[in-house]
Amino acid sequence: MENYQYTIWILILPFAAFLFTGILSGKLKPSLTATISIGAIGIATALSYLAAIQYFFLNASESYTAVEAASFTWYRLSDTLVIDMGILIDPISVMMLVVISTVSFMVHIYSTGYMKGDDGYARYFTFLSLFSFAMLGLVLATNLIQIYVFWELVGLSSYLLIGHYYQKPSAVAAAKKAFIVTRFADLGFLIGILMLSYYTGTFSFSDITNPDGPLITQTIGGTFLGLSTLTWAMILVFMGGAGKSAMFPFHIWLPDAMEGPTPISALIHAATMVVAGVYLVARMFTVYSLAAPEALEVIAFIGAFTSLFAALIAITQTDIKKILAYSTISQIGYMMMALGVSGYSGEAGLGFTASMFHLFTHAFFKALLFLGAGSIIHAVHSNEMKDMGGLRKHLPATHITFLIATLAISGIPPFSGFFSKDEILAAAYASNKLYFAVEYLVAGLTAFYMFRLYFNVFWGKKRTYENIHESPASMTIPLWILAFGAAFAGFLPFSHLVTTDGIPFDTHFHLTIAIASVAIALTGIFIAAALYRKESTRSQKIAATLGVFYTVTKEKFYVDEIYLFITKKIIFNLISKSIAWFDRHIVDGFMNLTGNTTVAASFRIRKFQSGNIHQYALVFLTGVLIATLVYLYYYPK
Amino acid sequence: MIEDIPLSHILIVSTLIFFIGVYGFMTRKNMISMLISVELVLNAVNINFVAINRYLYPERLEGHFFTLFVIGIAAAEAAVAIAIFINLYRNIRSIDVDEVTEMKY
Repeated sequence: MENYQYTIWILILPFAAFLFTGILSGKLKPSLTATISIGAIGIATALSYLAAIQYFFLNASESYTAVEAASFTWYRLSDTLVIDMGILIDPISVMMLVVISTVSFMVHIYSTGYMKGDDGYARYFTFLSLFSFAMLGLVLATNLIQIYVFWELVGLSSYLLIGHYYQKPSAVAAAKKAFIVTRFADLGFLIGILMLSYYTGTFSFSDITNPDGPLITQTIGGTFLGLSTLTWAMILVFMGGAGKSAMFPFHIWLPDAMEGPTPISALIHAATMVVAGVYLVARMFTVYSLAAPEALEVIAFIGAFTSLFAALIAITQTDIKKILAYSTISQIGYMMMALGVSGYSGEAGLGFTASMFHLFTHAFFKALLFLGAGSIIHAVHSNEMKDMGGLRKHLPATHITFLIATLAISGIPPFSGFFSKDEILAAAYASNKLYFAVEYLVAGLTAFYMFRLYFNVFWGKKRTYENIHESPASMTIPLWILAFGAAFAGFLPFSHLVTTDGIPFDTHFHLTIAIASVAIALTGIFIAAALYRKESTRSQKIAATLGVFYTVTKEKFYVDEIYLFITKKIIFNLISKSIAWFDRHIVDGFMNLTGNTTVAASFRIRKFQSGNIHQYALVFLTGVLIATLVYLYYYPK
Repeated sequence: MIEDIPLSHILIVSTLIFFIGVYGFMTRKNMISMLISVELVLNAVNINFVAINRYLYPERLEGHFFTLFVIGIAAAEAAVAIAIFINLYRNIRSIDVDEVTEMKY
């Protein structure tokens, strides 16, 4: 067995940086805090690459098996049920290590430029270290409880970073919304974990996802509403994943989370944390695929629906970060759908590989898009597209890198998004033609809304800007590095690295699907170019003819309003008010009754305490005599 | 020798002392007299401890030790009680127990 002992430092370093800078906050100079954080994540990145090279390329055997690099018992519940903390090295966790550490490292460097002069500069980097630690711990988790602990930790750091500008009420509201919505979904996750561990007697992934294990080979529990207990447990686990990954109907927090600083949106809300749900499903994929196919159908449906739904909303938004947020939701829907249509082992597992592949490439180009958006916002000090236009002259580096990312997400060869999207479409085509049709349409919509954004920002109307300048090198260098990844990550032979059962297989290049997907992407691009490349009123005319449909899409299908209606009108009025009444009148009433009874009773017997010591002594003596007599009577020996 | 006196005789003496003490505590109004009565009660217990230890378990010493404890605690109790009496006397010029009935509801 190979030695992966050093991977423990990938976790320790960011955590140490968080503790050190957090405890000494206010004493350290902000620039030193940033240096410590960057140093920690930089070494962690190097170690992650080392682990990836060692695992994928220096591996002698034909297949990839999971390795537990470290493990210790954290808490012993019973003789058989223990909670471990450890490090699990397997294809998806190593791939995630590379993604997270790379993007996190780039975002750290980028932030030194973007956040310069901010009051919370040191606090920002401290929480960034905390997030890196939590996210790396999440993907390296060896068991359900550990993943749940880190799952909540990323939720917490996401909350802290969305609320970075805590003087702004909207940022505070967004942070709370993100936390509460994901917490609500995590309730399902927790119940799912408890159900699984109840039936298997273990939390460990290696036992639960063992294809020959009792969970998969035997039928456990009863059935409920026609689905087995295991299926329900897995649907509940997916509910947690859907909350983190902003799947419909839990997607409402992600667009609001754009209140946070833009590098945070790039790191947490595009590349890493929001794909934790996809990662969770992939982690439990053996169980989903072999023992709970109905749950997998739910995942495929929700993924496909969300991708279409979010893509439609993205078309009508005007805030560039909101467009990117809905685009993220849509692309994660793609990944979920790909997992949902995947089979187990060999070629049938193409969906799984494609999903992980898309996760990998998406992390690069979406992080790049967000960082590019940050660079634009940094230059024009606005999020709204109406304040932008003709920026390609002013921001040349941002323009080129943004264009690469836009081409990648639209699926234009040879950029990375083309390869992963092609595999997803092939997987969908092989399993379900309806999902293929939906995703095919979404591919066109994606190209359209991304190029709408691109043309509106970099082309379109000419404007004059006051002292506009390209971002500093600390911001453009990460852009170039990520652009390199976004352009060439697609050439990785992913099906040889990440598969359902660890055995590599060859993918065939699907020429028809490739041509078809490029064709619809180009169609989307040409429509966007026709409407937005030059300043014109054509787009407004089209919007006017669409009428109600346009308004509904622009208002995000009123999902937020529906939520507000359900919470404020139904839950608050009907449920909360009746519970409050019950609490005030029944529960409090019972407590008041006991209190009042005691007071009244003691008022009656207080005369007994006369202050006369002889009386006390007499009572005491009488009591002792009675006790003695009773004792003698019952125990006469 | 002491073995010639049966245990019951000693227990009768200690019972008499105990109830004399209880009677004194009940009837006396002077606090110092009450304190002396309490000492009588405690000494009755001491006699019991020592005698029973000597007669029933002559090889052990717990009864003797317990007596020493009681004597020590009685001394501490007397010190505290007399301090209270002095303060009481300074305030109300009396140590009659019937005069001190404010400590009630």
